[in-house]
Amino acid sequence: MKLALEPIPYYWPRETVLAFYRAVALSAVDVVYLGETVCSRRHELRLPDWLDLAHGLAAAGKEVVLSTQALIESESDLKTLRRIAGNGRFQVEANDMGAVRLLEGKGPFVAGPHLNVYNPQTLAFLRALGARRWVAPVEMPRSALAGMMQARPEGVETEVFVYGRLPLALSARCFTARRFNLQKDDCQFRCLDHPEGLPVRTLEGQPFLVLNGIQTQSARICNLARELPEMARLGVDIARISPQSGHIAEIAALVKRVLLDPGEVVTVAAQLDGLAAEGTCNGYWHGAAGIEQVLAHQH
Amino acid sequence: MENPSRRIELVCPAGSLPALRAAVDNGADCVYMGLRDDTNARNFSGLNFGLEDTAAAVSYAHARGAKVLLAINTYPQASGGERWLQALDAAASLKVDAVILADPGLMQHAKREHPGLRLHLSVQSSATNYEAINFYHEHFGIRRAVLPRVLSLAQVEHVIRNTPVEIEVFGFGGLCVMVEGRCMLSSFATGESPNTRGACSPGRAVRWHETPNGMESRLSGILVNRYAGNEKAAYPTLCKGRYEVAGETYYAIEEPASLNTLELLPDLARAGLAAIKIEGRQRSIAYVAQVTRVWREAIDRCSRDPAAFAISPAWAAELRKLSEGQQQTLGAFYRPWK
Repeated sequence: MKLALEPIPYYWPRETVLAFYRAVALSAVDVVYLGETVCSRRHELRLPDWLDLAHGLAAAGKEVVLSTQALIESESDLKTLRRIAGNGRFQVEANDMGAVRLLEGKGPFVAGPHLNVYNPQTLAFLRALGARRWVAPVEMPRSALAGMMQARPEGVETEVFVYGRLPLALSARCFTARRFNLQKDDCQFRCLDHPEGLPVRTLEGQPFLVLNGIQTQSARICNLARELPEMARLGVDIARISPQSGHIAEIAALVKRVLLDPGEVVTVAAQLDGLAAEGTCNGYWHGAAGIEQVLAHQH
Repeated sequence: MENPSRRIELVCPAGSLPALRAAVDNGADCVYMGLRDDTNARNFSGLNFGLEDTAAAVSYAHARGAKVLLAINTYPQASGGERWLQALDAAASLKVDAVILADPGLMQHAKREHPGLRLHLSVQSSATNYEAINFYHEHFGIRRAVLPRVLSLAQVEHVIRNTPVEIEVFGFGGLCVMVEGRCMLSSFATGESPNTRGACSPGRAVRWHETPNGMESRLSGILVNRYAGNEKAAYPTLCKGRYEVAGETYYAIEEPASLNTLELLPDLARAGLAAIKIEGRQRSIAYVAQVTRVWREAIDRCSRDPAAFAISPAWAAELRKLSEGQQQTLGAFYRPWK
């Protein structure tokens, strides 16, 4: 199994992003997804900057994929999308059917996690348009994924989210701006002050969600390291981890260790748990609520 | 001078046969409904239609010049996909006027097996731009798309100008703050989401507790809100909860409020909107009757003379009564809301 790093979901200063990918270039990651997928107001890096990064990472031996924004609202969003789709060099991860329309029949692309591929018929349809890889929805349980793997068409790889804060929802509204009583159109780029988003706690103090601009994530880290050997048995091709501001090379190295040697899973999974300050969850994989941490022996 | 804008169709909800009759009797052009299982996004116990009810619904509506739209708008799961195919078969054989679909695999099947069936793109498809809508049009021949509640009025107009597909928007009722089809908050807390099970914040997971600190509402044990003595409690939908963020306690995502776009009716008509949808298949028969009646009158008055259109105080009062927490919002239609 290969190891992939999804796009940075947060808004970081340009220098932070560049330093992050310098570390990624030296890390155990095999596939790097690049680009802004959450908010069109984020411009610390523009497409030429992402392309520069892409060339550098490719030169470092990484497979590079350019990702597209999940929520497309305006003509200017579409213009950006067209530029990415027509970049002519790097493969593209489509996170909206509008992106698929621009990519279909023009060579291979990746069907991203926001396309809602829940059944083999839809996967086969996308395969026929050129999808050579699909990313499973984070809420898809093991049982459903097993069904997908049995029926999956020839020549399409499967990628599964295994570590990081779960991307749970997108909105037209910016919740970070709302917290500071600002409107989205004049958000003062407050996301820059919160490199891992704004934690949301319930009224009794339970860490619950994270607000990242228009995106809502889980507070807990989804850690499916213990489930990796099973994913390998099902035939999953790629394990996906999500960027966070600290420890990314360490996380990548740990996940890679399990991929290379499943015998290490117990030790490594515990180390990965230790990196999750707000706790871990794995419920989706086990067919439970996503927030739950299901013990392995319960299944 | 002839009114340049076309007459907007009024699309009303029905969770039961009596609700469907109420919608038709009060002037709905179309009524949308779902079968009694997880093939639609209002999979609540005690709600929706069996096959016999569906046949009765179609004949009642057709006899009175109204259309019936069947929502089959969840995502067929890797196992159990037959239910979605059976729902399509039922739609075709019972002669509903259109099906509302979200899943591309299912659309492909519908196009192949039921070429005469009119396809509408569900809001659950998250199609917010004309490239996406035209994609579904080219591949499956969809005739209408329901837009997620994320676009401003100008953005809706822009979509309409750039697609041959009829556009429908939500006009009134419960407000999804998140992009429909891309929200997993419910399954994160309860294991069931709109995409997988046709459920959002399902009733079986809801608990109310009277405590010394006030009335608490929980969803799968997660505290969603706590109400002081005089506050009106709302259903604990996760996105309408009160939480603590960076030292402040407030409705971090959205207040309990209903969408109401009545005042935008002339603008929407001018933009070339095909249809307006009323949310609320889970609501009472009285709700369906009252909302339908108000919107029927408003659309008729607007299409007779859009320039002179004004909201009557009686309509406003009636819709306010039927709104969540008696609060209303224009949602994303009003840019500062974002």
